[in-house]
Amino acid sequence: MSEPRFDVSVDQNKYLPAGGTEVHAIVSVEASGGAVAAPPGAAAEVIIIDTSGSMSYPATKLRSAVDAAVAAVDTLRDGVHFAIIAGNDTARMVYPASNELVTASDATRGKARAALRKLKAFGGTAIGSWLRLADELFDAHQDGVRHAILLTDGKNQHETDEELDAVLFRCGGRFVCDCRGVGTDWKVAELRRVASALLGSVDIVADPQDLVADFQAMTEAAMGKAVADVLLRVWTPQTATLKFVKQVMPSVEDLTGRRVQSGPQAGDYPLGAWGAESRDYHLCVEVAPNEVGKELRAAWVKLVVPGGAGQEERVLASGNVLAAWTDDEAESTRINARVAHYTGQAELADVIQQGLRAREEGDLATATARLGRAVQLADEAGNDPITALLRKVVDVEDAATGTVRLKRDVAKADEMSLDTRSTKTVRTRGGGA
Amino acid sequence: MGKTADALCPACAEVVYSGDEFCEACGHRLGGAAAPPAPAAAGACAGCGAPAVDAEGYCGVCGLKQPAARDHFEVEVPGAAGVSDRGRRHSRNEDFLALVPSPGGFAAVVCDGVGSSPDPDRASRAAAEAGSAALAARLAAGEDPEAATRAAVLRAAEAVAALAPSPQEAPSCTYVSAVTGPGTVTVGWVGDSRAYWLASGGGPAADGVLGPSRQLTDDDSWAAIMVARGALTEAEAEAHPNAHVITGWLGADAEQVTPHVRTFAVDRPGTVLVCSDGLWNYVPAADGLAAVAGDAAPLEAARTLVRHALEAGGRDNITVTLLPVTVGNGAGGHV
Repeated sequence: MSEPRFDVSVDQNKYLPAGGTEVHAIVSVEASGGAVAAPPGAAAEVIIIDTSGSMSYPATKLRSAVDAAVAAVDTLRDGVHFAIIAGNDTARMVYPASNELVTASDATRGKARAALRKLKAFGGTAIGSWLRLADELFDAHQDGVRHAILLTDGKNQHETDEELDAVLFRCGGRFVCDCRGVGTDWKVAELRRVASALLGSVDIVADPQDLVADFQAMTEAAMGKAVADVLLRVWTPQTATLKFVKQVMPSVEDLTGRRVQSGPQAGDYPLGAWGAESRDYHLCVEVAPNEVGKELRAAWVKLVVPGGAGQEERVLASGNVLAAWTDDEAESTRINARVAHYTGQAELADVIQQGLRAREEGDLATATARLGRAVQLADEAGNDPITALLRKVVDVEDAATGTVRLKRDVAKADEMSLDTRSTKTVRTRGGGA
Repeated sequence: MGKTADALCPACAEVVYSGDEFCEACGHRLGGAAAPPAPAAAGACAGCGAPAVDAEGYCGVCGLKQPAARDHFEVEVPGAAGVSDRGRRHSRNEDFLALVPSPGGFAAVVCDGVGSSPDPDRASRAAAEAGSAALAARLAAGEDPEAATRAAVLRAAEAVAALAPSPQEAPSCTYVSAVTGPGTVTVGWVGDSRAYWLASGGGPAADGVLGPSRQLTDDDSWAAIMVARGALTEAEAEAHPNAHVITGWLGADAEQVTPHVRTFAVDRPGTVLVCSDGLWNYVPAADGLAAVAGDAAPLEAARTLVRHALEAGGRDNITVTLLPVTVGNGAGGHV
């Protein structure tokens, strides 16, 4: 099996003043190397298309969704296991007819295309039931890369929040799911909840015409994953507390609550599947204060592939987060640029979401303050995509001070794009890694 | 390079083998006096005591990085002692000291790695070990202390130069040695590590004879040159940003090593202090150093001096070696 080479690097200022206890570090995980792809037989792909009644208003929506699913099917390499699910208030198989995955070939891809062309839109929306069926299909394929694409155009109206939560809890770690909302009648927070629980991305495809390219890209990315289930294992000293673990690149995702205890002083955070890509994590550890001159391993970070049946788990790479106490103020007050950068990016996601919520609730003062702060943070970080989205919602008077005015008329799609993409981050200004 | 030095007896420079407790040639106890002690019992954490220290040197329970053997080490031979410490600011100890008995007295070398050079810690260790081994061998063979001192500096210079892969990447260090005998002291140096005479009595002395406490070396440094030219007072020079720029060192990039060597006669008991600037930065004057050292035995006095520098800030590595000197009639002298 050709597996990429994983590297872990830690960026931090390890120096703390006398009495200091809070250690911050950016842990970068990069996978690189030759042919980065899983053997086709080990990959499984499920495409879930919303076929609720609203998908035929306008009729181009369902047509585009079908075109997109066809493009995704065409992107599947021979040998990949796949299936297509149609979802409304229940889930049903589009292809194959039975509840199982089939092996991709010219013949099966052709049959899948034909089945997709016959899709009709009717009924409601119960996302949890769609995911439950997907989970059942993946059941026999737990040892390879497992990826789903979920497309919806509406709110999850035909099941309760509790039902959806229960399904997400069950499916977490079982497969990765990228979610797409088409049109502007779906709820960003709801779809983000699904994507986040299933370690996938969420995005808006405002124009159905754009679905084909998006589905193709997602399928290609999924085909490029070489390692199915990667864990971030974090060891901390007996007297220390791990305050948070956040993914901060390519998007902000708080992983703190995902911890699964894996030893007396260690916890595992599931990261999903990896291809040739790099992701950054922000760790914050609270340690007991120590004497000036002492140095501590404040966290020991390992990238682990859990062992399947009869297999040993493997440590792919590791790195140290350190704490060293000094009475030299020049050392202890130095701010690590990347810690600062990603702290700002995490705040950026928060203030955008808070600002949009306040705007929706009619609290215009809070909305102006939060979105102004967002403009300032995006400007500081050089996050140009977010700046461009913010400028569709506010008029910027001075980016440096965050002085903005709310726009009177904002297209729903622009507002949703900003909300959906608020968590997307950029690397440090200047493109440095 | 380190391997070669390790395989020679530090006293007589004969080849010795790992596992030998004593040198076959001169009977010197090996692995004790000149080398830093082995780290504490393998596996037990110096902080919490848990038997969980891993291969990287961190404790698996409390996370503490285990102190390196070289962070603080003490060398003792009967009658003399040296202490070296990382200090409070540097991440490692780039000073080194070697101390051996010699006919009628002691020979000690202190070296301070030049921070701006690569691997300064290797340079100081190689220089101190090669220098002390050469001194011990030559003195044991009956060579004159001045000639032995000069030859030892050149031998140390070769050892340091051999560490450099190229003149652009030249590990380098200072060097100061002291050889004591009944009624006599010989010092040799390159750079700004110093030797002092700490006298037991304060009365005046005859010409050419060591009387009250005084500094025995003159730094190869920008500051010393400015003071010698009368351009700056000592206080002004020490406050200047260039104060620590040295004008002489051992290393492949040193143009020509010209050791300064001086010999003094002694008319009263006293102690020779050989030290790095991590100590004398805080207490530059001989009288002040004598007052801090007090009249304790050498190891205790050396620890006191190191502690004094640590409490004053410990900005640099600190190395202190104390060699008591008798006046020639066998009367011993503590500080």
